Amino acid sequence: MIELTVNGATHRVDVDPATPLLYVLRNELALNGAKFGCGMGQCGACTVLVDDRPVFSCLYPVSSTAGRRVRTVEGFGTPEKPGPLQQAFIDRQAVQCGYCIAGMIVRAQALLERVAHPTEQQIREHMNPNLCRCGTHMRILDAIRAVAATGELHRAGEKGPAS
Amino acid sequence: MTTDRDEPVSRSRRAFLAGGGLMVSFALFGSLRVSAGQENTLGATILNPKLPGDLKIEPMLDAWIRIDASGVTVCSGKVELGTGVRTALWQVAADQLALPLERFRFVTADTALTPDEGYTAGSHTMADGGTAIFHAAAQVRAMLVDAAARKLAVPPERLVLENGVIKAPDGRQLTYEDAAAGLDLHRMATETSPPSDPSAYRYIGKSVPRVDILAKVTGGAAYVQDMRPDGMLHARVVRPPNHGATLVSADVDAVSRMPGVVRVVHDGDYLAVVARGEWQAVLAMRALQASARWRQTETFPDNATIHDVLKTLPRLDYVTTRQGVDGEVHQAAPVANAAPAAASTGARVERVEATKQYVLHGSIGPSCALAVWRDGILTVWTHSQGVFPLRAGIAGLLGLPKEQVRCVHVEGSGCYGHNGADDVAADAALLAHRMPGAPIRVQWMRDQEAGWEPLGPAMETSLEVATDADGALTAWRHALWSTPHNERITNPGRLLPAWLVSQSIAPSPPSPIPQPEGDADRNAVPLYRVPDVRVDMHFVTQMPFRTSAMRSLGAHINVVTIEAMMDRLAAAHGKDPVAYRLAQLDDPRAKAVIQRAAEAFGWTANPALPPNRGVGFAFARYKNLMGYCAIALEVEVDPDRRAVRVDRVVTAVDCGQIVNPDGLTNQIEGGIVQSSSWTLYEQVRIGAVGVESVDWQSYPILRFPQVPARIDVHMIDQPGMPFLGAAEIAQGPTAAALVSAVAQATGRRLLRLPLVPHLWP
Repeated sequence: MIELTVNGATHRVDVDPATPLLYVLRNELALNGAKFGCGMGQCGACTVLVDDRPVFSCLYPVSSTAGRRVRTVEGFGTPEKPGPLQQAFIDRQAVQCGYCIAGMIVRAQALLERVAHPTEQQIREHMNPNLCRCGTHMRILDAIRAVAATGELHRAGEKGPAS
Repeated sequence: MTTDRDEPVSRSRRAFLAGGGLMVSFALFGSLRVSAGQENTLGATILNPKLPGDLKIEPMLDAWIRIDASGVTVCSGKVELGTGVRTALWQVAADQLALPLERFRFVTADTALTPDEGYTAGSHTMADGGTAIFHAAAQVRAMLVDAAARKLAVPPERLVLENGVIKAPDGRQLTYEDAAAGLDLHRMATETSPPSDPSAYRYIGKSVPRVDILAKVTGGAAYVQDMRPDGMLHARVVRPPNHGATLVSADVDAVSRMPGVVRVVHDGDYLAVVARGEWQAVLAMRALQASARWRQTETFPDNATIHDVLKTLPRLDYVTTRQGVDGEVHQAAPVANAAPAAASTGARVERVEATKQYVLHGSIGPSCALAVWRDGILTVWTHSQGVFPLRAGIAGLLGLPKEQVRCVHVEGSGCYGHNGADDVAADAALLAHRMPGAPIRVQWMRDQEAGWEPLGPAMETSLEVATDADGALTAWRHALWSTPHNERITNPGRLLPAWLVSQSIAPSPPSPIPQPEGDADRNAVPLYRVPDVRVDMHFVTQMPFRTSAMRSLGAHINVVTIEAMMDRLAAAHGKDPVAYRLAQLDDPRAKAVIQRAAEAFGWTANPALPPNRGVGFAFARYKNLMGYCAIALEVEVDPDRRAVRVDRVVTAVDCGQIVNPDGLTNQIEGGIVQSSSWTLYEQVRIGAVGVESVDWQSYPILRFPQVPARIDVHMIDQPGMPFLGAAEIAQGPTAAALVSAVAQATGRRLLRLPLVPHLWP
């Protein structure tokens, strides 16, 4: 049995400890946010936060989450009450097929929690690992900039982890 | 589910309506008119060519709209591929039914429930599917009003429709459900519909938020990948290293004993594992793959030689001509080797040649499908673009009657054309059929998608154009070499697993999409005024690599070729490129987008640009039938860092009546970014072992730091005019404008795509 904490809740799962976190999130915990894209840490569709740091969950062994906090896009808000980045993506309709979008939101969250008002270059470089094939980049950047302008997530970060 | 009720009716009426329509395939060529019984370019059969949009294919109103005590249901055979059409079609239905969006169900692409509209492809969804719903809904609305008038004994013109209620002047009212009681909607649509006033639309023309986005940003179930029915098993396939490789041996027994493995399937060259856990399936797949020994039977060209190789392979030649400036486009029946076109003659003759390499659709999520064989029905959940053709293919593959296969569309990752969606659905169907009762989920891995999706074809074009002393176009000769762009499911052998199983089925012979839609020759006939046009499509029928439809087909390179020619001719005649294009066009809508884009960009004839900067301009009307798009952009090249930075992009588009302006903007922005990626960076590496691009390292695409600084989309709305397809219109003009701008910035007019690896090899 492996114990892991995801979005503030503790779960015990009976899996091979080498199983990548992605498969545990999707199958054992039935969370849809993190997606299988490449299985090689090359596209970012599977991005989740482990102790506030973005990781490729397709490569990250579930056993390595011991004693760490895992956060997925489901932890940022709900359909009834979307979080700031989720709301900004909705407001700008920053989605085409949307398959990469949860990973985009998670990676952006990590930046905005750490840096109050990132520059355009900082945003682009931070988002570099995540790929979008539909070409939704303009809107993704716009949504991130909008939340960055408020500094909202940075303040939340300073208050300590909200999970 | 409702198969029992719907299918027999549907079959008999189609048989009745199709009666007398002879299927004569060569009738496609020569005349470009459509007739009953003929298949359209999206694989659906035309039953009544006089009706608007896809009512041609499915003329019965109740196939589109059903009303019973439980409410109103609108059906579409088109699917959401990430372009927002589900919302846009819903908007059209809402306005034409005079019903709020949330007051009716909207069902898409399910072989048991919806009309067969063939594939969701070719930018036909709004133009054909939207038009069908537009008219079906208006006709049903009129029938409801008439029925209510009879029930209320009030003249129909005195009734008012409000929020799904039909009101009489005296206050009495009927719901749509009440009005529809006893009303038979199983009626043939009529050619014309009651008019609607574009100024009164509540939804059409408004940026209604997309219905699918909330789930997608909050982790809701949104994709076929997110389905987890009880008892689901996880499957993975093991593919040969390349086309034609045959299996020598694989250690099936050892893999069968691995933890969680339920079944290992070995049938000819087909290998798959089925396991309880997904990770267990991945480990079993890896072990099976490592144990497999293959014999390579084919040799493959490389990136340097592919265009020469294309010219040596067996081919059919399709010659398309247009004589006279208002002449009709005529495509002759194919011949094995057409006599070469005579050289152009005129005061001045210019020649342009261009090439492109193979490209990947490159969906971020590799293809996935789920299937279950239960109670004599094989149900397949799929992100296919065409659930009806897929059903026919799977039924043929498994030897089942079509009635025993149901294909249901569930969204997947964006596909941009014919990717692995159908093939993985066939994998799931094949495995589920062998394991009755168990839902089988098949997820391809990244390298399998890259290695086995049909590629966007490598192509070469050669264009020769003659002009008179004033620069007017006098003769146009366009030749191109390509493998097919449309290897959709016309027989079960078009599904990849069918090649691999021991009782293999070969794909049916390739056949191009005829003009005016075009295949490799899409957009090769210019919209510009020229009295003598000939296009020679050298259609290579023996593919070194499997190819099929990718967003815009041949239009991408053909528009690059045409627009490079227009730039060259403008320069040769001392004209500004924008002014020169305007002077060669008659279509006022074409001119309008060009003028709008040039004006918004601040286009000037001879801009004073710093070193390493360039501007480019391009225009096309997609297929000469769909949306118009003009693009101006500015780039900066950095030779030291071997980089091209796209600074700003300004575009003007005309897609007829706009249904959802924000959705249209999203599609255009996406098209510009995606086409920039293709044009600047993308090529499939090919070599001795076949496709060598297996991941995002070996197939780099554009990333955030390379995204344009700014894209401005200007829309010219045409209220009351037909919907014109939008999703592919930016691909050609973006590429052509980039080629032009990079040429100015570097002083080298490079027409070998992708640009960046060729600029700095």
